[in-house]
Amino acid sequence: MIHFVVLISRQGKVRLTKWYSPYSQKERTKVIRELSGLVLNRGPKLSNFVEWRGLKVVYKRYASLYFCMCIDPEDNELEILEIIHHYVEILDRYFGSVCELDLIYNFHKAYYVLDELLIAGELQESSKKTIARLIAAQDSLVEAAKEEANSISNIIAQATK
Amino acid sequence: MGSQGGFGQSKEFLDLVKSIGEARSKSEEDRIILREIETLKRRIVEPDIPKRKMKEYIIRLVYVEMLGHDASFGYIHAVKMTHDDNLLLKRTGYLAVTLFLNEDHDLIILIVNTIQKDLKSDNYLVVCAALNAVCRLINEETIPAVLPQVVELLGHQKEAVRKKAIMALHRFYQKSPSSVSHLISNFRKKLCDNDPGVMGATLCPLFDLITIDVKSFKDLVVSFVSILKQVTERRLPKSYDYHQMPAPFIQIKLLKILALLGNGDKHASGQMYTVIGDLMRKCDASTNIGNAVLYECICCVSSIYPNTKLLEAAAEIISKFLKSDNHNLKYMGIDALGRLIKINPDVAEQHQLAVIDCLEDPDDTLKRKTFELLHKMTKSSNVEVIVNRMIDYMISVNDFHYKTEIASRCVELAEQYAPSNHWFILTMNKVFEHAGDLVDIKVAHNLMRLIAEGFGEDDDAADSQLRSSAVESYLRIVTEPKLPSAFLQVICWVLGEYGTADGNYSASYITGKICDVAEAYSSDETVKAYAITALMKIYAFEIAAGRKLDILTEFQSLIEELAASHSTDLQQRAYELQAVVCLDAHAVECIMPSDASCEDIEIDITLPFLNSYVQQSLQNGAQPYIPEDARTGALSVSSFSNQEHRETSSHGLKFEAYEMPKPPVPSRPPPVSISTDLVPVPEPSYSRETHVSPPVLSASSSGSSELKLRLDGVQKKWGRPTYSSSPTSSSGVSPSPANGASKVEPAAPSTSRPRETYKDSKKAEVDPEKQKLAASLFGGASKSEKRASSTSHKASKGSSHSTGTSSVSKSSVPSTSEVKSPPQPLPDLLDLGEPTVSTIVPSADPFMQLEGLLDHDESGSTGSNAALDSTAKVPDIVSLYSELQVSGHDSSSTISPLSSNGSNNKNLKRTVSGGSPQGMKGPNLKEALEKDALVRQMGVNPTTQNPNLFKDLFG
Repeated sequence: MIHFVVLISRQGKVRLTKWYSPYSQKERTKVIRELSGLVLNRGPKLSNFVEWRGLKVVYKRYASLYFCMCIDPEDNELEILEIIHHYVEILDRYFGSVCELDLIYNFHKAYYVLDELLIAGELQESSKKTIARLIAAQDSLVEAAKEEANSISNIIAQATK
Repeated sequence: MGSQGGFGQSKEFLDLVKSIGEARSKSEEDRIILREIETLKRRIVEPDIPKRKMKEYIIRLVYVEMLGHDASFGYIHAVKMTHDDNLLLKRTGYLAVTLFLNEDHDLIILIVNTIQKDLKSDNYLVVCAALNAVCRLINEETIPAVLPQVVELLGHQKEAVRKKAIMALHRFYQKSPSSVSHLISNFRKKLCDNDPGVMGATLCPLFDLITIDVKSFKDLVVSFVSILKQVTERRLPKSYDYHQMPAPFIQIKLLKILALLGNGDKHASGQMYTVIGDLMRKCDASTNIGNAVLYECICCVSSIYPNTKLLEAAAEIISKFLKSDNHNLKYMGIDALGRLIKINPDVAEQHQLAVIDCLEDPDDTLKRKTFELLHKMTKSSNVEVIVNRMIDYMISVNDFHYKTEIASRCVELAEQYAPSNHWFILTMNKVFEHAGDLVDIKVAHNLMRLIAEGFGEDDDAADSQLRSSAVESYLRIVTEPKLPSAFLQVICWVLGEYGTADGNYSASYITGKICDVAEAYSSDETVKAYAITALMKIYAFEIAAGRKLDILTEFQSLIEELAASHSTDLQQRAYELQAVVCLDAHAVECIMPSDASCEDIEIDITLPFLNSYVQQSLQNGAQPYIPEDARTGALSVSSFSNQEHRETSSHGLKFEAYEMPKPPVPSRPPPVSISTDLVPVPEPSYSRETHVSPPVLSASSSGSSELKLRLDGVQKKWGRPTYSSSPTSSSGVSPSPANGASKVEPAAPSTSRPRETYKDSKKAEVDPEKQKLAASLFGGASKSEKRASSTSHKASKGSSHSTGTSSVSKSSVPSTSEVKSPPQPLPDLLDLGEPTVSTIVPSADPFMQLEGLLDHDESGSTGSNAALDSTAKVPDIVSLYSELQVSGHDSSSTISPLSSNGSNNKNLKRTVSGGSPQGMKGPNLKEALEKDALVRQMGVNPTTQNPNLFKDLFG
């Protein structure tokens, strides 16, 4: 299973973290420090896998952002690499040419997307379309709720005038 | 959709994110966040915060937490937000709690109720949000609270809900298998769900279930095979395609399951052969995902009952992986090779040079994987080369975890395959010297035992030779600074036991060395204890031999220091030593017989000599001894834990108050034991040598009425023998672990090759040194090593061939005649030139092809020269791709041939599917500019420190 997902920028700044195995806040900080030391310093031609504390970290760089996933030793690294890519493609479709800035300001949305892709450290859905549909449904519901709230407050405002 | 909607937060929050973005150091970032925490702490407790505002605060808390700071003051507000009726807020609340709380957090109990309610909601999105939270937050205790509802949701009309319900049950199974054991039939049922997403999700729990209990799922083999068949025949909806592969993630999961089901089962495996064979044949090896599936196929093939055809296909794929320029594929190839050689050890031989290249690779990951492979293919014939390599690498790494791992591997291999005891000792010395604190102390004990017991045969001369070589090596090593504790213990023990045995070194020389050790490592009590016992032995041997003692001043001061030590054990040893030095030769010989560490010591654990004392005490009114497990205090503890265990397994929160704890009945341990149970004497942190005990004991028991003496006796008796781990520890004849290999002759000089020259010789196509290494790693496997040295004599066998190839191997000129020769197996070691030739020819080929392709592209497509150059350098064609698009506004039809062409070479980030989403979007450049404008409008101007922020992630 996937133990955690971490997105770090090339400068070592954290952009997103999701933990599927229990880690205390202290451990999390340590993990991120160790990982950024490990991953950011690797050359471009090397493999995308790093062994780390008996587990494996699969990472991939997109522009200046590193997507890292930590997995069990017996997992298929190439598959995880493609799961990362799958996630990026979904983000790309959702944000429209996703860039790092999108994720910086909309990290909560990136979380929502991730929650539809992975659950409890396993891949739950491999169809891009299904995920896009679900997220869209959630977003539209949110929009609807917003409108509703506005209209109600308008009514109240008018009534109380 | 799109990012524009995301900037709905307040200026304040955007400023925060911006200032974090501009922070130039971690400490600056921390300062900003600490300020933010203060602000939030103040704001969040204000009365009547509008909900929208509250939502933003929660998101800000998430941000703070994400950057590694503690936001626990706001957890409760996130929990409250989950109670909200508005889905927008509820969703934010759930997101925040799943990110904040671990499953053992106290606040969980406040959420369970909300989750229960939400699972019943008629809005499926609310149910989905709740199920997401269930997967993260529900722990063993709270499973029963939501289990019935989750099971009900398996029949929900929305597939998204069914899928998440399945995943939730899977999570429950991981947390507490017993809680869902009655639901296994549901998993089976869901395998036939109409929705492929639900079916795919069901594979996760099934995989776990099958891992544990293969037998009861054998009937599903047919179903899995037919599902896999349907998937490969593209019967699933198009939306599951990924880079033109039909549902590859589901394929991989299925292959994993089949690997389990077919393991060691000829019948079940028989049903799989066709579909796996088809899959391997059809699979597109040009994409990364295709290779992922192929790799999984190899794993499956090597796990199920062997099938020659499939194994051949697997070997072919492996050789493709290994020949690839892509490090990822090489890595997978090495891993796959490791799996395959378990079935067919000969596979490795054709890849020897590729393996050695990987071993030399600058990529640490690849190197480690290769060591893993070498570990798997170690035999007594190549153990020396492999272990030496491992040790060299071990010395070079700093990573604590990996060092431990590789050290234990070295030890394991050395113990299993050591060609000679001498080699074993030297190897262990190296391991201890460089990673001594990381290896298990048992290994040190084993080493001492090996030296003590020698070969196990009655060859005293060889034994003593072994010992003196050990002593010699230790005397050399001991002067080095900063040796690990475990190694020093071995050194002290061996020097004490055998330092003076062969008469090469005088007692004063050895004692001087030992005193130095005790002084240099004065903070390590264990080492000091070993040192002082070693001193005692040496003096005892000297006295017994009737020689005059030559007491050093260091020794005197050491003894004085230790006699006043805080450690009672060291004190006692020092006093014992002082006493021994004053005894006469005969007494000393009784106490410290020379070379008696392997002698059996009979211990009568009933302590009969104490019976009279016990009787007397009892008559005087002492309490009888109560065995440990019968004591009331201990009893109540264990029963309590039992109870606790029962509670958790019956899953239910217990809401009544706990019973009042019973005050444990005070039981003073009576001074003397009469039963056979041991008094729990606190063990000393290190063990004592066994042979010390009986004489001392008898001496002490002579005055048995005194309390102090009795305690001494007990402690010595119970003190573990130095190498208690092994049952044969005290029998001199037991075979040592290395003995299995002792018939193997010491290695021929050809196998141990000088490393320096090896490193110097750079990338010659066929490096003779490399071949030599290959020979010692692989070739030695089937032939005896002696061959290499006697090549010239045996050349008469097939002289024309063997000499021909060997010359090729050195000059690295593949001539046609040699290319033809491979099928002829040559009995000579140097025929290693032959596989080289065969590997070089094809490996050069794809490259040429690639160049051809690129040329072709250049002339054919709209791409500029520069763009093509960049593809040739970087393994990422995406940049080229986007450039193409910007300049040409190409339709996907011109792109796909390009990318699929290029993909023959390297893994592409986005080979083919890239075409579709990008086709829908406008040019990246424009979008980025729009975003930029928008951000500026918002008043957020990320400075130019990181211009990449606007860069499309794919660009």
